[in-house]
Amino acid sequence: MVVRTAMAEAAGLDRGVPGATAPVVTGIGVAAPNGLGTGPWWRATLAGERAIAPITRFNADSYPARMAGEVRDFDPSEHLPSRLIPQTDHMTRLALAASAEAFADAGVDTSALPEYAAGVVTSASAGGFEFGQRELQALWSKGSRHVSAYQSFAWFYAVNTGQISIRHGLRGPSGVLVTGEAGGLDAVAQARRRLRGDAELMLTGGVDGSLCPWGWTALLSSGRLSTSDDPEHAYLPFSADARGHVVGEGGALLVLEAPESARARGARAYGALSGYAATFDPAPGAGGEPGLRYAIEQALDEADVTPDQVGVVFADACGVPDDDRAEADAISGVFGSRGVPVTAPKTLTGRLCAGGASLDLAAALLSVHEGVLPPTADVGRQAEGICLDLVTGTPRYGRVDVALVLARGQGGFNAAAVVRAADL
Amino acid sequence: MNRRVVITGIGVVAPGGRNTKEFWDSLTAGRTATRAVSLFDATPFRSRIAAECDFDPATEGLPEHQAQKMDRATQLAVVAARQALADSGFVHPPRRPHRTGVTIGTAVGATMSLDTEYSVVSDRGARWLVDHEHATPNLYDHLVPSSFAARIAWEVGAQGPVSVVSTGCTSGLDAVGHAVELIREGAADSMVAGATDAPISPITLACFDAIRATSPRNDDPEHASRPFDRTRNGFVLGEGSAVFVLEEMELARRRDAHVYAEITGFASRSNAYHMTGLRTDGSEMAEAIRAALDRARLDRTDVDYVNAHGSGTKQNDRHETAAFKRALGEHSYRVPISSIKSMIGHSLGAIGSLEIAASALAIENGVVPPTANLHEPDPECDLDYTPITARETRVDTVLTVGSGFGGFQSAMLLSKPKRG
Amino acid sequence: MPIMALTELMRILRDCAGQDESVDFEGDIADVPFEELGYDSLALLQAAGMAEREHNVRLEDEAVATATTPRELLATINQSMAVESL
Repeated sequence: MVVRTAMAEAAGLDRGVPGATAPVVTGIGVAAPNGLGTGPWWRATLAGERAIAPITRFNADSYPARMAGEVRDFDPSEHLPSRLIPQTDHMTRLALAASAEAFADAGVDTSALPEYAAGVVTSASAGGFEFGQRELQALWSKGSRHVSAYQSFAWFYAVNTGQISIRHGLRGPSGVLVTGEAGGLDAVAQARRRLRGDAELMLTGGVDGSLCPWGWTALLSSGRLSTSDDPEHAYLPFSADARGHVVGEGGALLVLEAPESARARGARAYGALSGYAATFDPAPGAGGEPGLRYAIEQALDEADVTPDQVGVVFADACGVPDDDRAEADAISGVFGSRGVPVTAPKTLTGRLCAGGASLDLAAALLSVHEGVLPPTADVGRQAEGICLDLVTGTPRYGRVDVALVLARGQGGFNAAAVVRAADL
Repeated sequence: MNRRVVITGIGVVAPGGRNTKEFWDSLTAGRTATRAVSLFDATPFRSRIAAECDFDPATEGLPEHQAQKMDRATQLAVVAARQALADSGFVHPPRRPHRTGVTIGTAVGATMSLDTEYSVVSDRGARWLVDHEHATPNLYDHLVPSSFAARIAWEVGAQGPVSVVSTGCTSGLDAVGHAVELIREGAADSMVAGATDAPISPITLACFDAIRATSPRNDDPEHASRPFDRTRNGFVLGEGSAVFVLEEMELARRRDAHVYAEITGFASRSNAYHMTGLRTDGSEMAEAIRAALDRARLDRTDVDYVNAHGSGTKQNDRHETAAFKRALGEHSYRVPISSIKSMIGHSLGAIGSLEIAASALAIENGVVPPTANLHEPDPECDLDYTPITARETRVDTVLTVGSGFGGFQSAMLLSKPKRG
Repeated sequence: MPIMALTELMRILRDCAGQDESVDFEGDIADVPFEELGYDSLALLQAAGMAEREHNVRLEDEAVATATTPRELLATINQSMAVESL
């Protein structure tokens, strides 16, 4: 049942034919713990290859949580000129590698684009936190004169957007959104907004990570990190044994453009972004339903899709029992009990902060493009009251017309996005 | 349907003004709030000047148990938001909570908290493997500044789209621009939007010292921020918050809300040149201005006042003058322009919203605030930068612009609300 | 009286801002403009800061801003070091 929303009514907006004006994704760039580059990551994802392991970035022995999804074997000198290395945090370097891959994948020569035609919108959570820790360390242990000139920009939340726009000469409208783990969808929605009359092509998504002792301490204070040392059982969303989540680094960047422009270039489109909505939960103690269900309904409504048309839901999969229950309730509320296949490939990588939802979007796009549902790592028995059709074990092959991606940022942020097969 | 967006409430906590009235009085009197840094011992730094807010959370309605969970920037924003809500008469929690959202801008998030907390957990930088056991339980909220928007959303009872926009020094403009777009496209009917930053902390002073961007005129802090002046030598770091209640125009009319101004246009572009440097021709800022005018369906000659970025660095003021000439042509020589950073310093992500507040108040009151300390205009900045004294004049349309590290260039147009 | 050699300045620049792969650093580069060597104003500020720290000197804003070649920057640094050692 489609809920005709107050939003569309009140606005009296002409949404037009769904898909006709929905922007398409023509390029994907990925940096993930289980694969650097879209190909390696997607193959590893379909094979269910987990990349959750003890942290190597620093000695985590004295911390209660010691597992993470790290991007291994990344040599920045293979991706960046040497002058960018002193001025970039590790996650910015990953972002620059992913942006180059996305443009190459889309077959876009950014230097040939009209002036102001293209911009960047990324999501961030903590900025270049490891870079920041080194600078704070220098400040407090040696003094203010030991703080680098690069600290004036290498850590702030806008750094990835800034560096990407410079690297690729993108002078169009740019932006940065911070909404925790929901940011990976919110940024893409903002990029979609920009395509309505302000730009022809946008690079968007998130690549994130705060894997340093200072970032780790902050993540620990969220109270949501799993303290298990067993990679197979540390992060079990929806499970009766759910005990928090594992965090990782990485994400995805997507090239988003109007279907007409993709067609004109003869570009291949992975899929179309045909619906999106964001809501915020009621204040603690205020009572009322969490906002995820409403976001799902709004997004489906905008995409003009009924629940039975959805082929898969990429879950937020927080891994904390109450949050899992709330998400499962929202999904079942819309689709019915076991009413839609649900998957969480992030069980293989950990939750990637502001990059995670973008990586899920990439997975959703490849799902509709190739006709396959990637698996979730085995979570064992589902928790009491949760009854989801979880895709576990092996991928499920078969046509997928519509995928729904969910993301929730700590503090109450909800986002839902609908991806449809592109009709170019 | 063409949805339009108006400002129905303003809340400000600024250097020299604990609320909107004091802020406006201070600006129109041409009073500067730049002083020697007092929030901590700034002796080791090259630039020891800042524009600090006279702010005590307790007297502003934030009891200790609430205030200690928040970074100072959040405190400023909560107080400003409460002012804006009271000013607008907007009923909150709203009857239809999903139709109300929040967008808050910040460039450097919970910098003060992170800076002081780091000193504790690292044992003054002695430990790389910092001590998690003595970390504040609020550290996650300091790590990810989306917590700023969450706090405001709780104040308002908003359940629609809520986010933080963080585009460096244009955050304050971009956050409000983002909120305007959400109302325009029908995703919300009302938005509480604005920005905040409280960056006056050792790490911030240190990094601006390293690039020599801040003024070292430590013997004369009250006159250190000198936008467009020949003797300018850098910006003065500030702090503050401005928050607005934005509503879809028809709905605001229906509840007979007081309207300060309509936000008629907004656009942004990127330099794509350098993370901190600016080319001299100002072409991307000019393009943002052009696009904003186009969006507002206004002509360059409709602009009655330009609220400049005017940070007071050698490169910015030159860049900006070139941008104005490119974008506004001959009109750039006629229109009064001013930089309120001359008085309240540069509060990074917050300043864009403070400048929107000044712009809306300029329209409301028919007064152009001056550029303080402008005694010897730089011959390269040869436009009318409204030196020293405020000017009473009809202000129907204001153009306000911003420029930030990372190459962000933004422009917004505000217009006098039309009757009937 | 200690003085900084060109090689040390180039080492500092390399540490602060890498080394442009397309530039030949082997030849006589003392008078090659920094722009051509691939070092922007930020790199120079960072290098000046490092030189200041390593040799405990203060470099004047104006002098750093107007040095356009390695030779000129070296002159500024060595002048300051000379003053310091008095």
